[in-house]
Amino acid sequence: MSGTESVGFKAQLRRWVQVGGPFLGLVLVCLFFAFARDEFGDPARESIFKPGNLKIVLVQTVVVGIGALGMTLVIVSGGIDLSAGSLVAFCSVLGARLIVAGSSPVVVVLLAVAAGVGIGLLNGGAIAGFRLLPFIVTLGSMSIVRGAAKWLGKNQAISIPNDSGISAVMKVHSPETLFPLPHGVWIMLVLAAVTAVVLRQSVFGRHVVAVGSNESTARLCGVRVRSVKVAVYALAGFFFGVAGVMQLSRLTQGDPTVAVGLELDIIAAVVIGGASLSGGSGSILGAIVGALLMALLRNGTSQLGWANYVQEIIIGSVIVLAVGLDKWRQGRAK
Amino acid sequence: MRLRLNGIRKSFGATQALKGVSLSARAGAGLAVIGENGAGKSTLMKVLSGAHAPDAGTMELDGERYAPSDPLEARRRGVAMIYQELNLAPHLTVEENIVLGVEPSRWGLLDRRRRREEARKVLADLHTSISPSAPVSALTIAQQQLVEIARALVHEPRVLILDEPTSSLTGVDVEHLYAVLDRLRARGVSILYISHFLEECQRVCSDYVVLRDGESVGAGDLTTIPMREIIRMMVGREVNELYPRTPHTIQGPLLELRRLAGRPKPRSMSCVVREGEIFGLFGLIGAGRTETLRALFGLDEVESGTAHVGGMDVTGWSPRKQLRGGMALLSEDRKREGLLLNRSIAENLLITRPEPISRGGFLRLRAEQHMALDWMERLDVRAQGALQPVGELSGGNQQKVAFGRLLYHQARLLLLDEPTRGIDVGSKASIYRRIGRAAEQGKTVVLVSSYIPELLGVCDTIAVCCRGEVVAVKPAAEWNEHALISAAIGQSAEGEATGADEREL
Repeated sequence: MSGTESVGFKAQLRRWVQVGGPFLGLVLVCLFFAFARDEFGDPARESIFKPGNLKIVLVQTVVVGIGALGMTLVIVSGGIDLSAGSLVAFCSVLGARLIVAGSSPVVVVLLAVAAGVGIGLLNGGAIAGFRLLPFIVTLGSMSIVRGAAKWLGKNQAISIPNDSGISAVMKVHSPETLFPLPHGVWIMLVLAAVTAVVLRQSVFGRHVVAVGSNESTARLCGVRVRSVKVAVYALAGFFFGVAGVMQLSRLTQGDPTVAVGLELDIIAAVVIGGASLSGGSGSILGAIVGALLMALLRNGTSQLGWANYVQEIIIGSVIVLAVGLDKWRQGRAK
Repeated sequence: MRLRLNGIRKSFGATQALKGVSLSARAGAGLAVIGENGAGKSTLMKVLSGAHAPDAGTMELDGERYAPSDPLEARRRGVAMIYQELNLAPHLTVEENIVLGVEPSRWGLLDRRRRREEARKVLADLHTSISPSAPVSALTIAQQQLVEIARALVHEPRVLILDEPTSSLTGVDVEHLYAVLDRLRARGVSILYISHFLEECQRVCSDYVVLRDGESVGAGDLTTIPMREIIRMMVGREVNELYPRTPHTIQGPLLELRRLAGRPKPRSMSCVVREGEIFGLFGLIGAGRTETLRALFGLDEVESGTAHVGGMDVTGWSPRKQLRGGMALLSEDRKREGLLLNRSIAENLLITRPEPISRGGFLRLRAEQHMALDWMERLDVRAQGALQPVGELSGGNQQKVAFGRLLYHQARLLLLDEPTRGIDVGSKASIYRRIGRAAEQGKTVVLVSSYIPELLGVCDTIAVCCRGEVVAVKPAAEWNEHALISAAIGQSAEGEATGADEREL
């Protein structure tokens, strides 16, 4: 009968890896840094794990982390959004121009996020309405939006005053202690909690998962596949808009050439977090942990004095490892 | 004895797939390997074909020890396997596929002439006119299957294993396959035949072995044993009635199709299904039965014609709207369309009607799980729990989940497309009981099936489709197997087709 039989060891292991995989990765990275020595032969753990540095790691997680929330929804629905990096740049430039023009922070946030949602709607509309491949559509919008950002910023970075309301969001106070955390970190955590509940527990979230798992089945079960897709890309645009504001706040300038390739970092965080690129599964918590893991790797290796290219090689390997785990995990269900 | 297995055991982790299988196959004879889904047939075939090594037990081939380390060695020893899914390289030609892995060569270069000769020889053995130079992708499924068999023949097989070989073939091709198997048997090849259709087994085999829960529970002469006895061995209990008749009352017309045409099929479907009726739709593959259901339910476009349910025009409604209106469809292809394979049983069962388990658009996870467990017990779904991915279940249990979704949805009109395809006898019986109970509760069932005994056993009324139209409608009791097939191929007498039933429009 149901519910009582013992679970096969391998199946159990697979499921455990699905939930715990990103955390295990984070623990391994921490362990590595706990024993690593820098170029002068000194243990690196003191500089890496001191509260002030951990705060910096968290701050460095925010843009990728918030972007990963939107990307998780997109990937779970069976799609992909390559325009994320361009959107972040566009929204940050838009925000910077509005601030320079004297708009209040609330208006800046609203308009920047609205721009993100608008572009997301266009992406989603093209994908759902004309049944185009998400990869191609967002590859196109990646270039279009990047161009628009450069046009909007007249091809240069627009600096904003250090004391503007937007700059305060990511400002680090008392650099020696972990708390207080910048507002941006809290915003990321609250958005993550809300998105996690929506994805796991709402009827809409279930429909997103269903569309990604099997579109035909979703249709058969009365899911409005097109509306769900449009909503997913619009939501992703919302998160990329918020991430753009965070980017603007952290750099205190809106730079149209920033965040090139950011979409790949975001996708990597989502995949490390346990999402399957073929759709139908993924976790918000995992994506945030994935973003944290990548920020820690970047920060730690530069504390060790390792060259940039070593970081890139390591992060690339972690991504391949994560995808390999995903494949193995799915082995049985196929 | 050609092949003898003794006490074969095989475990995967904690799961014991084979707990002790013994069998023997005679040269030049067919042995039917019979068992429910999950009984261990597939594992046994993989052990035989060298894909898995057994944990214990012995195998003998013509009196010699047989322990292949991989499928290629098994083939060299003369044990060949034809899988349910064909394993051909579609871009290569027929002859390239036939010699794949054992290409004749000289000095490391391909010997094209010998390749052609070898391919010609085995194709001729099969009495087929397939050209050796044709690309496999240009062949029909039946021809591709012959190429697979030809590939097996290159090695002078002593044992040929076929797993559900007719699942994608039509009637004529099935007969051709039987003829090929007859010739191979006459040449002394021993054939291990796996099929859910006992009638097929009887046609091809003279011996049988029954597997249940990884053990061989019976073996003997297939020509003398009654079918009931075999079914009893398969399920481990007496199956009194495979097709239980539940009394139910049939009322006035509920579903009316008037010259419904879809793209590209059906052409013009007209019929009336009464409330509380179990209405069968029979026809050959391609007659447009599946497409009728799909156009009705809104999965395919309606070109012309109308569909009314309870007097309301529902033509061209989306699946979402039809579900709201109490219509639900069970897809014929549960893997590609019917189920979200990587998602849990609970999600699959409950997706169409979240209201009882949600509040304000958010699901109550505990209520969801209880609801799912409750339904799993009612449907007799065997699983580790409500959160197990449905793709890990056996075919029969998957189908119970897919069907259960319609019942949980409380659909009044159930469109069932081949609901028992590819599932074991026990699960079939359970689906039939469910259909009967649905009718008892006043629900209406439209049953599309290619399996005649099932239609005759379950339905009140059977309509036959031919080339996208209904050609005859009669109470099930007035049909028999012969009449159904004649009508389906358009052979029925004029009067019989039109005059016999005033319900045909």
